[in-house]
Amino acid sequence: MSIPFIASFAWRDSRGSRGRMLLFISSMVLGVAALVSINSFGDNLEAAIDNEARTLLGADLSFESDDPFPAHIEALIDSIGGNQSRRTSFSSMAFFPARDKARLATVRAHEPGYPFYGSVVTEPAAAAETYLDRGGALVDGTLMNQFQVETGDSVRIGRQTYPILGRIVETPRESAAVGLFSPRIYIPMAGLDTTLTALGSRVEYEVYFQFPDGRDADVLRDSLRSTLREADIGSDTVREEQEGWSRALTNLYRFLGLVGFMSLLLGGLGVASSIHVYVKQRIPTVAVLRVYGASIATTVAVYLLQAIGMGIVGVVLGSIVGIALQTIVPVVLSDFLPVNVDFAVSWPAVLLGSGIGLGVTVLFTLLPLLRVRSVSPLDALRTGIDHERPLWRDPWWWTATGTAAAGLVLFALIQAPDWKVGLGYSGGLAAVFLILAALGKLLVMVLARLTPASLPYVVRQGIANLYRPNNQTLMMIFSLGLGTFLISTLLVSQHVLLDQMDVLGGGDQPNLIMYDIQPDQVESVQGILSGEGVPIMSSVPIVTMRLHGINNETIDAMREDTTRRLSWAHRREYRSTFRSTLTGSETLVEGTFRGTWDGEGTIPVSAEADVASELGVDIGDRLTWNVQGVMLDTEITSLREVDWQRLQTNFFFVFPEASLEGAPAFHVVMTRAEDDVQSARLQTAVVQAFPNVSSIDLALVIGVFDAIFSRISFVVRFMALFSILTGLIVLASAVVVSRFQRMQESVLLKTLGASRRVVLRIMAVEYIVLGFVSALTGILLALVAGWSLSHFVFEAGFVVRWIPLSILLGTVMLLTLVIGMVNSRGVYERGTMEVLRSEL
Amino acid sequence: MPVVLAVRDLTKTFKSGDRSLTVLDSVSFDLSEGDTFSIVGPSGSGKTTLLGLCAGLDGPTRGSVSLCGHNLGNMGEDERARVRNEHVGFVFQSFRLLPTLTALENVMVPAELRGRRGVSAQARNLLAEVGLEDRLGHYPSQLSGGEQQRVALARAFINEPDVLFADEPTGNLDTETGAHLEEIMFRLNRTAGTTLVLVTHDTELAGRTGRVLRLKGGRAVEDRADTLP
Ligand SMILES: Nc1ncnc2c1ncn2[C@@H]1O[C@H](COP(=O)(O)OP(=O)(O)OP(=O)(O)O)[C@@H](O)[C@H]1O
Ligand SMILES: [Mg+2]
Repeated sequence: MSIPFIASFAWRDSRGSRGRMLLFISSMVLGVAALVSINSFGDNLEAAIDNEARTLLGADLSFESDDPFPAHIEALIDSIGGNQSRRTSFSSMAFFPARDKARLATVRAHEPGYPFYGSVVTEPAAAAETYLDRGGALVDGTLMNQFQVETGDSVRIGRQTYPILGRIVETPRESAAVGLFSPRIYIPMAGLDTTLTALGSRVEYEVYFQFPDGRDADVLRDSLRSTLREADIGSDTVREEQEGWSRALTNLYRFLGLVGFMSLLLGGLGVASSIHVYVKQRIPTVAVLRVYGASIATTVAVYLLQAIGMGIVGVVLGSIVGIALQTIVPVVLSDFLPVNVDFAVSWPAVLLGSGIGLGVTVLFTLLPLLRVRSVSPLDALRTGIDHERPLWRDPWWWTATGTAAAGLVLFALIQAPDWKVGLGYSGGLAAVFLILAALGKLLVMVLARLTPASLPYVVRQGIANLYRPNNQTLMMIFSLGLGTFLISTLLVSQHVLLDQMDVLGGGDQPNLIMYDIQPDQVESVQGILSGEGVPIMSSVPIVTMRLHGINNETIDAMREDTTRRLSWAHRREYRSTFRSTLTGSETLVEGTFRGTWDGEGTIPVSAEADVASELGVDIGDRLTWNVQGVMLDTEITSLREVDWQRLQTNFFFVFPEASLEGAPAFHVVMTRAEDDVQSARLQTAVVQAFPNVSSIDLALVIGVFDAIFSRISFVVRFMALFSILTGLIVLASAVVVSRFQRMQESVLLKTLGASRRVVLRIMAVEYIVLGFVSALTGILLALVAGWSLSHFVFEAGFVVRWIPLSILLGTVMLLTLVIGMVNSRGVYERGTMEVLRSEL
Repeated sequence: MPVVLAVRDLTKTFKSGDRSLTVLDSVSFDLSEGDTFSIVGPSGSGKTTLLGLCAGLDGPTRGSVSLCGHNLGNMGEDERARVRNEHVGFVFQSFRLLPTLTALENVMVPAELRGRRGVSAQARNLLAEVGLEDRLGHYPSQLSGGEQQRVALARAFINEPDVLFADEPTGNLDTETGAHLEEIMFRLNRTAGTTLVLVTHDTELAGRTGRVLRLKGGRAVEDRADTLP
């Protein structure tokens, strides 16, 4: 093997193909760019979290509790000292007099001081400094947009009205996305309508500490751990907050990294398919080299070197594009981030992205390069004799395929948050690829078989062209199909969910819930509703309680036992009801439902089946409840299954009639408003009369769902865009690579008397059919995926809206046609001479 | 004169399925340095097959080929390639220039493969000898058929081979261009002492070689050694 020969020949041989190679590698460029930008962004994110750690919590230490701090904890807080600031949070209706509308919001009442580190960012900026003194409110930007209120308008919370001094842009501890689900309103603690916290459910009490003396908050907290736990008080330190965010965000950007990985994989396949054709065209050259004494290794080395050179160019371009792209990522994700991420190039990320990119390129070109090995010098003497052996007979093919597969799984493992995700992701991707390939092949076959001879010649020839050797039809079905698959799965599941919402809102189902109604308010609220002419569809009492013990063992005792893992079910606050019958959304699965209690002995209760298994209890087990200080002994006499899909008041535990009569209860009333206007009017009327009553209507739930879905769908669209782009690059490469062959065909047709129009039409049919088959493959697979999702995950009815899917199908076909025709231009005009001249 | 090519009992059988086809049947001959030799016969008689076996492009079913003292039968693919590189030049009916290389670069390939450096002067001389000194930087697509074949001839001589194999070298050329090419071949044969092995349909060309082997259905039906004209 002569190294100088290999280098100089590889360089010379690439002459005239360098433009094409740039096209081949551009699918790779996208993948490398995605990896580099995402990983580099991830590194910057990590650095930002380290730098701004203290502003994440806004303090050195915090305590939080669902109940006001008991006396001994208050004493403890006093003794800890430092600077302190309290806050009380709860959800309540926010009423905007200017618009005469109300909406559920998260209200946070603050004392001066917090945040000790960082700041609340508002518009105008001064508002964050002055709202406490001026008795004003800061309102989440999303909420202000939704109700079209401005700074200077007012908002009423409870019986208190506040001037809106500014809109909230950023707050410590929360990313902006929180505002989508539950918009926040900051008000001063002084002047808070305390009836809201007294009557409403779910209040969070917090105290924030700052230690100017430099005390170690973690050490302090550890020393208090058992005291805090006994009083059910949560605590947080800077380190813990930082770790939490860091873990969550690492998962986020690693997940995004998998997106980059997928486009890299597609890019690799694209490169492989182009190189496959390229190598086939180089066979005569290789044969001549062999006649003149080049060894097999030398010829393979020439093309491997070209591939590596191509990979390096791709990786460099990809890194540059990736660094440019990186400036966009924080803009896209900023809603989800608690910190501001500065732009900086992370060289380790560039190195990793480049390494993976180069690795994938080499692995994927190795397969088609194997073809070089089997070129015999005899091929120079005789053309047309194809003695290609079946690939699977070649142990090298298996080695190369195995290495490529192992390499890909390894890359996925490096990129994924954990190994299970990495393996699952590789497996899932492989399955989708296999299914797409099989489906695509089947479709092409069916199409070719079933093309009626009665169709015009132009159409038949166009379809037959899909079978042209070197056409890479399958590869295009892969990448275009995958892109279409992703987009249509998104569309289909969105439609299924929206349809589900429609079912919820349809016919005789309730669409407006009012809760936190005090017993003495029930009649008046019902009166307001009846006055509007809407039906009272249910009115249910709710008692909040906590689980105190199971079968004579207290939850606290179970907590002490470190060998036991307690679940959410042991710790949560339960909202239970009492009634004499089951409702339509419940089915009894075991035991007998006891609707009454004679007031003697233990109370018979009915448990929801899932929560029972979570608690590890069954019929006959005894549960002790702490109902706001009073202990109640109960025994499970029945298990129920509950259809949670309905907008209904559903309960984990149902007590018999009369058993909770004395306990403090609030009521939930459900009704059905004719339309949004009536719903808004009802909510306004009720909140005016009873500020402590909260309400949610279905439109709000759908709005939140839409907001979440649009964020998720952005990521999926991004993936789909990458794969469709890759598909189009593969298409362009395939057309360019088979250009000469296309010229020969067109010259042949011309000599047979075909006009320019006929030749162009045949080409157009070919591209349209290709786009059609690819998109259809993706859509078919998406229908299967959508059905599985709706059946197994959403447990909803499967619906398909054909119009968006048809538009998608048409778009992919059009794109394929345009890219195909643009790259085929000149084939007809310049073809003749080029074909005649090249007597090879 | 030393023997450069010794062919013994050479037989080639192709199998397709359970039918086998013997396209070359027990052919033997010896050639010495400076000999000129042509293989003639009807289409499909096994001429190209024989040439390929002699140059070690393929392995025989039976029999042996010894090229410049190397028994090709005992060698692997890459070893045969090395022998070709050192001792063999090749000219094809359809030229087979590498399309991405200039005329000059095409000529240099065999020398560079050998790891030789600074061969461009020698390549220029060879191109001058075939009358193409002003077409050095042209690509094959910019050359006529006859010009391409002359480049191929220059390429075949760059490593100063002991044997030149040519499979119908003038088959794709008109008579006049063909005659010009033959002139160059025989001149190189005389000046460098290269053994010529030609496959041809052209009886006139065959008549100019010192020895003619006529094949029919894979068998040597005539092996005539004339005195040079
Ligand atoms: N790989 C192969 N498999 C099967 N048969 C083959 C193979 N290679 C050559 N043959 C057959 O061997 C016979 C001889 O072929 P060869 O090319 O040597 O003939 P030729 O004398 O050179 O003919 P021409 O003058 O047409 O070039 C032909 O019948 C051909 O079909
Ligand atoms: Mg022949």
